[in-house]
Amino acid sequence: MSGLAAGIRLAHFGKKVCIFERHNATGGLNGFYSFAGRKYDVGLHALTNYVSPGVKGTPLGKLLRQLRIDRDEFALCPQKQSRIAFRDCALKFTNEFAVLDAEVVEKFPAQAAGWRALVQLVRTYDDVALDAQPRSAREVVSRHLTDPLLTDMIFCPVMYYGSAQERDMDFGQFVIMFKALYLEGFARPLDGVRVILRVLLEKFRQAGGERRMQCGVAQIKEVQGRAAQLVLDNGEEITAHQVISSVGFAETMNLCVPPQTQAAAANTGNLSFVETISVFRRQPAEWGWGDDTIIFFNDAERFEYVHAREQVDLRSGVICFPNNFDYAGRNLSEGIFRVTCLANYARWAQLPEEIYQADKQRWFPEVVRSAQRFLPVVAPEVLAAAQLATDMFTPRTIKKFTGHLNGAIYGSPRKIRDGRTHLANLYLCGTDQGFLGIVGAMLSGISMANYHVLQGSTRG
Amino acid sequence: MTKEDCQKLVIDIIADIAPDEDLSAIKPEIRLRDQLQLDSMDFLDIVMELRKRHGIEVPEADYSHLASLESCAEYLTPKFPTKA
Repeated sequence: MSGLAAGIRLAHFGKKVCIFERHNATGGLNGFYSFAGRKYDVGLHALTNYVSPGVKGTPLGKLLRQLRIDRDEFALCPQKQSRIAFRDCALKFTNEFAVLDAEVVEKFPAQAAGWRALVQLVRTYDDVALDAQPRSAREVVSRHLTDPLLTDMIFCPVMYYGSAQERDMDFGQFVIMFKALYLEGFARPLDGVRVILRVLLEKFRQAGGERRMQCGVAQIKEVQGRAAQLVLDNGEEITAHQVISSVGFAETMNLCVPPQTQAAAANTGNLSFVETISVFRRQPAEWGWGDDTIIFFNDAERFEYVHAREQVDLRSGVICFPNNFDYAGRNLSEGIFRVTCLANYARWAQLPEEIYQADKQRWFPEVVRSAQRFLPVVAPEVLAAAQLATDMFTPRTIKKFTGHLNGAIYGSPRKIRDGRTHLANLYLCGTDQGFLGIVGAMLSGISMANYHVLQGSTRG
Repeated sequence: MTKEDCQKLVIDIIADIAPDEDLSAIKPEIRLRDQLQLDSMDFLDIVMELRKRHGIEVPEADYSHLASLESCAEYLTPKFPTKA
């Protein structure tokens, strides 16, 4: 998706652009797929950074302007409400920040002043500076929040929706996610991510961009410090003045000839997820599951966002009900219930196919049961009777379809904000450049196209 | 090309870049940034659209000339070819 956004910018301004995609579908982790007659979004729970029409100066508005997209084309429908649900405490939040603010102040009165100071810091922090130096978010937040429960609760959604680092994250990344989730909010088109992809593909086509599907880049050949040539999977050789890679930092380094294996190994992510998808013939609201759009849950003493030791870490996770957006009287025809948990890549990757399938079968109900602890009770036989279909992705699925090493959803732990690499005309965009979420992905492509290609061409 | 025509061309560009801005009451002598929500990305787009639509180059060192409609017209008008 970041690559498409970069491509739209460049093609719009007359650059000759070609996007090479190894997969037969577009969008990467923000894509969709068909399975047994149904269409599923790959990773998207919600578009973050949602603001109401008329709110200016936010990432969503910037990207719409930059890509010349009319806001209505995305057909975004806002969330109802979401929840951070821990063992003995829950915080509700919506697209109105005042709701979360009031919840925090009511449930953690002693933290109110620190909380407000943190919010003020986030609001004024320049989170998109391309030259920002990393700082520990835990350290910065601890200057304002001293209650470990509140700290964990605030970090839980922020980490689940964007941290490539265990336990901590860069404060700049924290600010991006805090704004995206709490100060702005969630929305979704009724038909999911394909609505957004369709708009992007059409813009790219109209601007004169070219796409080659099932045509991955196998090698980036270096000559005198520049990416001189791309070798495609089919052996074809391509030359370009500039190359923007959206496949990830380590993955890009591994394509380089001569290889950059040390650089790749030193900055490879290892945080991966499983996700279960249950499709029901009934709407979640019929079971009292109709209020929450997304629930971030944790049942451990402290919230630990870490590389899972077992195949799946059931202590915490994220529930998403795509039905529970405000679709203005319409809704999805089937009930959908998605649950995400942290997972261990190696423990899934090494399994023989038969055991792999059996383990998926085994973990599916465990994950669903774990999530149900945070929902009104519904008898298992009621759920089973209403179930039409299921699907599940594992770290192995992510590696297979996106090429992300270790199935690392959010890529490398250290982000390369300016997108530069060891080669003068090779740049990164997408998750490893460091803007997060689907809006972030698009803004990343836009920023890198502007900064390295378009702006450079105006330097007189 | 008169300076008024030139201002009109710039307004047309801004209307396409920032369709969510109200351009009906822009004061030519006041900085665009002070009347509209335009950031550096939007100014880059004004420069890029000038090149795309009118073949006019604005080097980075001259971006400051694009501050207001008046200064835009002052700077850009001579860059348009005069009709024979």
